Amino acid sequence: MFRPRSEAAPATVTVSVEGRRVRVAAGASAAAAVLAAGLDDIRETATGSRRAPYCMIGVCWECLAEIDGVPSRQSCMVEVAEGMTIRRQIGPRRVDVAPIRR
Amino acid sequence: MDRCDTIVIGGGLVGAAIAYGLVRAGLDTVMLDEGDVAFRAARGNFGLVWVQSKGEGAPHYQRWTRLSADEWPILAAELEDQTGIAVGHRRPGGLHLCLGAEEFAQRRQRMERMRREAGNFGFDYRMLGPGEVAELLPGIGPEVSGASWTPYDGHANPLALLRALHQGFAAKGGRYLGNTTVSEVTAAPADFRVAIAGGEIAAAKVVLAAGLGNAALAPRFGLSAPVRPQRGQILVTERAAPVLPLPTTTIRQTEEGTIMLGDSMEDVGFDTGQAPAVMAAIARRAAASLPWLGGLNIVRGWAALRVIPPDGLPIYDQSEQFRGAFVANCHSGVTLAAAHANRLAPMIAAGALDASLALFSGRRFDVPAAV
Repeated sequence: MFRPRSEAAPATVTVSVEGRRVRVAAGASAAAAVLAAGLDDIRETATGSRRAPYCMIGVCWECLAEIDGVPSRQSCMVEVAEGMTIRRQIGPRRVDVAPIRR
Repeated sequence: MDRCDTIVIGGGLVGAAIAYGLVRAGLDTVMLDEGDVAFRAARGNFGLVWVQSKGEGAPHYQRWTRLSADEWPILAAELEDQTGIAVGHRRPGGLHLCLGAEEFAQRRQRMERMRREAGNFGFDYRMLGPGEVAELLPGIGPEVSGASWTPYDGHANPLALLRALHQGFAAKGGRYLGNTTVSEVTAAPADFRVAIAGGEIAAAKVVLAAGLGNAALAPRFGLSAPVRPQRGQILVTERAAPVLPLPTTTIRQTEEGTIMLGDSMEDVGFDTGQAPAVMAAIARRAAASLPWLGGLNIVRGWAALRVIPPDGLPIYDQSEQFRGAFVANCHSGVTLAAAHANRLAPMIAAGALDASLALFSGRRFDVPAAV
């Protein structure tokens, strides 16, 4: 559905989106990588509806994803890095209640 | 001129609960609500139905609060039945978490004083050590020194409550006039007139439930309501799977899954802005209490103004000068909603407040200063 603009910088960074290898330009957002990967959605809300990146400017919170093992990150606000892993987030946030030992 | 039995000035939780009770009692009631220019404490609530912190040194307030908490399930069921709106009331008991030994010692003293003051009425509380708290709440932090617990406490969805009261009021034939700022009023015993856009409403009774607006409104009816604003700020996390089985004074998980963090008590006049330093302090205390909260995103935050009488206790009164004029003010519009709908409103409908409410009269503030 989405393709890079003709004047876009060359795709030099490789990330993994739901196990698919995707190459995007340096400085692109993780949400852009999700769209480049051709996914229909990147998460399911707490009430079970599917969501994909939407506003791309950090406002709508639809693009939450698990990035490098950290859930509920706004993927449109995270810059891609070589080897980044972006995964679907399903349902409400699960909390690990073990007290943090410092 | 438009005539009715009762005009309720104020459409927040206090006004709406009383107005709902009045139409249920068969009175033709008009509720005047100001609109988005108002401070609207009812939109900024934390949502506790809370007993354990209320009424130290004032057993009559402790009783009134407990009565309302006991009455809450009845009101919640009735509203859901009438309107289809679930107000999300749950009463699993509640905790007040203490950080450090001194907070725990002070809390114990306060709870014990409340128990003594309750006398035969009783006040069932326990002070729990960290081990017992850990059995009730998951993942407490090392600074948690314990908690006070009572079975009386609970929580609800305050926005759903407001909506249900308004809808229930309308369904019973109450008339709601929004975006109405009351400016011109005339008061005579059992004859009150309020100018509204395009006309005038007259009634034999008037109830002042305008929150902070009561301070200026009450003297015009021979009443006294010297309330002041106190700012409170709240932070809200993203939705999480159910993790908190019961609410604490400042941390609760909503039915939808968000975790609300409160609360500040700031004396900043009518400033409804947020202050980063206060938000940071709220987050810090929450994370010290339940360190895993630090891993959740904060998605919302707001500030609102509580309505605080000089001694922190509610004000209920009928004017001596103009019989039929009543005033109602409190800072616990959620907790006291059931008492207002099921107890206070019937008294107003009958034309006199019970003797049990005499200690809440605004006349308690009419004490000449010592010279």
